[in-house]
Amino acid sequence: MDLKTSGRPASPKEKEAVDSVISQLEKPSGVVETNGKSAHVAYEIPFYNKMGPRDLLLPALHAIQERIGWISHGALDYLSLQLGVPPAETYGVASFYAMFSLEEAPATVIHVCDDIACRAAKNADPAAFMNDEYGQPDIDVNGLMWIRSPCLGRCEEGSAALVQRAGEANRRILLAPVNANSLSDGISRPSDQWIGTDSARVPQRETDQSSLRLLKRVGVTDPLSIDSYRSHGGYGPLRRALDIGPENVIREIKDAKLMGRGGAAFPTAVKWGSVAGNSVRPHYFVCNADESEPGTFKDRVIMEQDPFSIVEGLTVAGFATGCEKGYIYIRGEYPLGEERISNAVSMAKKKGLLGRDIMGRGFDFDIEVRRGAGAYIAGEETALFNSIEGKRAEPRNKPPFPAQAGLFNKPTGVNNVETLINVLEILSIGGPEFAQIGTPDSTGTRLFCLSGSVNKPGLYEAPFGIQLGELLKMAGGITTGKSLKTILLGGAAGSFVGPDQLDIRLSFEGVRAAGVTLGSGVIMVFDQGADMDQVVLRIAQFFREESCGQCVPCRVGTARLEELLTRIVNGTTIGSRNDELALLGKVSTVMRESSICGLGQTAANAVESAFRLGLVGG
Amino acid sequence: MFGAGGGTSSYKEAEDTDLIILWGSNAREAHPIFFHHVLKGIHNGARLFVVDPRKTTSAQWADTWLGLDVGTDIALANTVAREIIQAGLANSEFINRSTSGFDEYAKSVEPFTLEKGEKLTGVPAELIRKLAHSYAKADRAQLCWTLGITEHHNGTDNVFSLINLALLTGHVGRYGSGIVPLRGQNNVQGGGDMGALPNKLPGFQDVETDAKARLRFEARWGTSIPAKRGWHLSQMFEAMERGELRTLYVIGENPAQSEANVSHAISLLQGLEHLVVQDIFLTKTAELATVVLPASANWVEAEGTVTSSERRVQRVRKALNPPGMARNDIEIICDIAKRLGHDWGHPTAEEVWDELRSLSPIHAGMSYKRLEELGGIQWPCLDENDPGSPFLHGRLWQYPVVGPLAPFTPVEHIPALDTLSDEFPIRLTTGRRLDSFNTGVQSGGFTSPLRKPETLNISPQDMDKFGLVDGEVVSVTSRRGSIHAPVLKDATLRPGLAFMTFHFPDEVDTNSLTIDAWDPKSGTAEFKATAIRIEKITGIQDKAKSSSRAEALT
Amino acid sequence: MNDGIALAIRRSIKITVDGKEVAAPEGSTILQTCRTNGIDIPTLCYLENLTPVNTCRLCMVEVEGSRTLVPSCSRKIESGMVIQTESQRVSDSRKMVLELLASSVDMSIVSPELAGWMERYQVDKERFGPPAAPGQIGGREKTRAGHHHKNDGTSAATVAEPTKVDNNQYVRDYSRCVLCYRCVEACGTDAQNTFAIALGGRGFEAHITTEFGVALPESACVYCGNCVAVCPTNALMSKIEYDLRQVGGWDESKQSITRTICPYCGVGCNLEIHEQDNRIVKVTSPSDHDVTHGMLCVKGRFGFEFING
Repeated sequence: MDLKTSGRPASPKEKEAVDSVISQLEKPSGVVETNGKSAHVAYEIPFYNKMGPRDLLLPALHAIQERIGWISHGALDYLSLQLGVPPAETYGVASFYAMFSLEEAPATVIHVCDDIACRAAKNADPAAFMNDEYGQPDIDVNGLMWIRSPCLGRCEEGSAALVQRAGEANRRILLAPVNANSLSDGISRPSDQWIGTDSARVPQRETDQSSLRLLKRVGVTDPLSIDSYRSHGGYGPLRRALDIGPENVIREIKDAKLMGRGGAAFPTAVKWGSVAGNSVRPHYFVCNADESEPGTFKDRVIMEQDPFSIVEGLTVAGFATGCEKGYIYIRGEYPLGEERISNAVSMAKKKGLLGRDIMGRGFDFDIEVRRGAGAYIAGEETALFNSIEGKRAEPRNKPPFPAQAGLFNKPTGVNNVETLINVLEILSIGGPEFAQIGTPDSTGTRLFCLSGSVNKPGLYEAPFGIQLGELLKMAGGITTGKSLKTILLGGAAGSFVGPDQLDIRLSFEGVRAAGVTLGSGVIMVFDQGADMDQVVLRIAQFFREESCGQCVPCRVGTARLEELLTRIVNGTTIGSRNDELALLGKVSTVMRESSICGLGQTAANAVESAFRLGLVGG
Repeated sequence: MFGAGGGTSSYKEAEDTDLIILWGSNAREAHPIFFHHVLKGIHNGARLFVVDPRKTTSAQWADTWLGLDVGTDIALANTVAREIIQAGLANSEFINRSTSGFDEYAKSVEPFTLEKGEKLTGVPAELIRKLAHSYAKADRAQLCWTLGITEHHNGTDNVFSLINLALLTGHVGRYGSGIVPLRGQNNVQGGGDMGALPNKLPGFQDVETDAKARLRFEARWGTSIPAKRGWHLSQMFEAMERGELRTLYVIGENPAQSEANVSHAISLLQGLEHLVVQDIFLTKTAELATVVLPASANWVEAEGTVTSSERRVQRVRKALNPPGMARNDIEIICDIAKRLGHDWGHPTAEEVWDELRSLSPIHAGMSYKRLEELGGIQWPCLDENDPGSPFLHGRLWQYPVVGPLAPFTPVEHIPALDTLSDEFPIRLTTGRRLDSFNTGVQSGGFTSPLRKPETLNISPQDMDKFGLVDGEVVSVTSRRGSIHAPVLKDATLRPGLAFMTFHFPDEVDTNSLTIDAWDPKSGTAEFKATAIRIEKITGIQDKAKSSSRAEALT
Repeated sequence: MNDGIALAIRRSIKITVDGKEVAAPEGSTILQTCRTNGIDIPTLCYLENLTPVNTCRLCMVEVEGSRTLVPSCSRKIESGMVIQTESQRVSDSRKMVLELLASSVDMSIVSPELAGWMERYQVDKERFGPPAAPGQIGGREKTRAGHHHKNDGTSAATVAEPTKVDNNQYVRDYSRCVLCYRCVEACGTDAQNTFAIALGGRGFEAHITTEFGVALPESACVYCGNCVAVCPTNALMSKIEYDLRQVGGWDESKQSITRTICPYCGVGCNLEIHEQDNRIVKVTSPSDHDVTHGMLCVKGRFGFEFING
């Protein structure tokens, strides 16, 4: 490849950061002495333009970002040359992700959640305190800068901040809850003395522990200890899987009628079966741990508190579908989850539960942990593949589906965290018994993320079919002294429902009948004090900022949607309010019908439902 | 090859082949759109080997680059051949069925062990072995070359050495397997096809040995044709030197700048009694002429055909009126004929072409109408139902072979004539840059953002060795001349190797350095191998003073 | 054995388009099938020589059984598919896609086909309000991913920015850029493999850029102009055309197009000479010719000045 760079040099530290990621690679050139008269460079290029280490692009960008705090032109050129990726492409990738800075930035950057769940909890801008304490966002003040952030997945705490510090002792930490005091206290210490909040709110553990299947180990086992995991049933399911063989694993899942928990509710057995049956090799399995839907924090809790279950679930999936390699793609905003998953992977390798000849059964499987870099869209499965491959996280058109051509264009299985840990439960109790839980068409239990104006926000597990009202009751009901205005069901891509809809049954068929969605299990509660104009506007802003920009309906539609809402909220409509609503209908229709992926297709859902309920522009 | 000079494959085959060798070709810059086909092949999984003294932009796309010393192509090819034979990888079925002269050939390459090959060429033995094995084992393979092979004192032998490899492995005559000389100019192929060769009538019909063909031409033209080959360009200059050639009619060529050892060439042109130059520019050659005939630009101011490197005859058309008194070549030539007493009338381009079709069997089926409809036709095209020939020599894969067997041609390795010595220790080679062309008369017309002033490119090691910095003007001296040029550090070069183009003869007259030794078979001069020395000039650091001053030493 | 060309054997597949049964070889897309059967489907990002990226969403059609509309440029036909190419759903979607584009991008000099489709769907480019004030160069480039400047909604955000004139061969006016990805594909693996440009940023702030937005002479660009050749909206334009347009001298009604062969190397690239007033004002290459597939090098595309004298 004819790579041309600007000639700007990279600093030794920048080089070191890049080299730390790619040092395991063979260097593309070597010097051979011949005849003693001249040195010939034997230019062997093992990977240019072939499938190669381009997938190290994101890890290397992370390394520079962590070490330096931003990615300079010289560093980007150096990285590009090392990996054989054109600089323009590297730049295109780096500029796609919110966690990479391409301008000089201070060593400490604080991303403060100003998203809807924290708004629901506070009935105010949850980042407002930053303005008071640290001044305007996006400005370097004495080596510190703060930035507004979309949902950080600490919704049960009602406020959150991700602190990134670059340098030798670089660190990321997710703090919640935060206020001006706790934050300044936290960041004033050296980064190795930062203390994160390592707690998971699973209120059922205090009251109704026996009802927990997926959350049974959360808060019970030591998340750093594989022995602790094994003493609580861990690695029993994998042993059973190896005993009964891949086909029977898939049969158990089929009998269990397990549907994917990622949002599309696709039968898991069908997905696994088509990967397993594909003659193209190799196969890959990807665990989607890029949980980013506003109001969602369930996968984070599992990653932080029961990481081995995800590693085991993915190992079972790899076994059943004939894979040798699995990936766990974790949201960049979840440092503790990543740390614990990485620890779990390396412990499993040490114990022979990953790697060659697992449990002595001749099954080889390895797992690589990958980190996202601040892009909601990377949670879309094909965008996630692109991200792993070192590309912009732009979703691909489907078909072909991942089972035909997924990661590296090979047959790929992909499930989110919750789906994979259900597989362990199925192998523990058997598919038919699992199918008895929940409703006939929605089997098993579901994780629900309760946030906003409830007395006991946190992560809940309940069998499918539970009524929305019952779940609210489990969470202690609406915050004492407040009254219910509306509930956002399913996340930013979900729908608002009114206080008169608490009888909705939370099953796939139940929500379908009500014209809403379970999405990622978000139950976000707003009381009468909520400023719904700002909440709905924030949702529109969220989609505009998280759209990848690839297709016209989503790229321009999300911008027009935000403008339209702003006009309605400000009372500066073009024509009448009804004209605006008619236009909204047309924009949301084209987005739903013609966008490439689920982001654009669902971006207008919540906004439209808010208008149906009369929540906006009073 | 085997009689008719043309590449055996279509460009498209590079997309569908398994292995591509670019030997003495920097197609990425010199033939960019052919390289698009190569790139498609690479994306489809083909491996690319590049054989070139420089690690060119083409080489940077390669799986393996073989950086041989200038002028050692035959040694390398023979070493590859011996390794193929020794390893039992020769396609003996093909050799037995379709070729002749294998035993003699095998004997001739026998001395070229890998060790000897490495010593002669400077390419590590392991890479020679890799090329040999990969080429021999590939199901399909394309072997392409350009001026890096032909612009040597033994250019024709260089070509034979490569054809031998194709015969040894059976990589010719099948879709995806072939040998492809890439032509440097838009109608080099067509010129040869039309008989602009000393020994050929149009359609590669030999003027000395093919009496039947000669008779047909004589009948059609109403004149007699001497059964004797003429001179090629280098022989013409020798004839000028001997005083045998005193009148020269030059059409669309600029020898006063493009010839090797150019100051000598100019003095010969100046010594002519009568020099006629027909060109679209007032070239340096035209400035020496007795008569200048302004011509139209054939590609856009006249009708006609040209032939590409895949033997495809395509139409050129008139889009513009020529400026001033410029007229198209057919008119000029017919007028000259008339003044010499032969009235050829006023034929159109199509009428001239139809006469050609009636005399050259390989073009017989190519009516203007069909050329239009099919977007060009590849010769041979024997009649109007013949779709043309995307690749040649399929007959070698017929059982039994139709027609003559393909002969191996043993060739000897003779190093570059301009030998390196203590006095001239650096090897200078020449080539093209992407945005420029030959002596720059065409490409000089547009302002390319890529274009940089001519430089003498040398390796980083030599920069250090001579204590030079980028842009520093040095004196470059060969056995024929001396010029001044700024130096440029170039990491694609190895120590002892220097590179220049001849795109900017008015500023830096590279061809006053080059040797006028030429290949006796093709007449092509050895532009690729000059021995030079580089000397620091104290006191001249100013780039503005970098313009050359050719000082003839002889 | 003589020709050794493996001919792909492709089955014929029957589908129903607009109530009419048509057949096409397996592996054909809906668009190919429709076009070979004389059914017009508007396209913008699609070009036959480039890999379909299906980003413009103009070619959407209705496929029975599919929840959403389907991009005809990339969806392959399947036996028994029932397709509507011009239903109300489809034309509503196309109209809105074109309106979203026209409200954000300067589409005043687009191809005649595209202009025709905009007329067919009665595109109202100001239905989202008047265009917002143009940004400055670097406005979108400097925006951090996931952030944007919020406006009050009374005017419609656009991609307007000053034209980039940084070399003598072609200019880049990203006010006209619809992000069809064609230039990136032509600069990349689909043709030139130079990779001087890529998509940068994301969302509404996504844009075509060199690394860090450096000027073309500082980038990997080799001025083959293949990006210019594939641009459907004149966001990329040769400098000659740009200069002529600036002074009102560009007049397509006075132009002729003649096909000939490039005067440079021996590859034999087909050129289309665009002549105006006996001067070459533009050179293109036919996209259906199997030597160039519409692509040229810097000499072929821009090296004609010597003939204009």
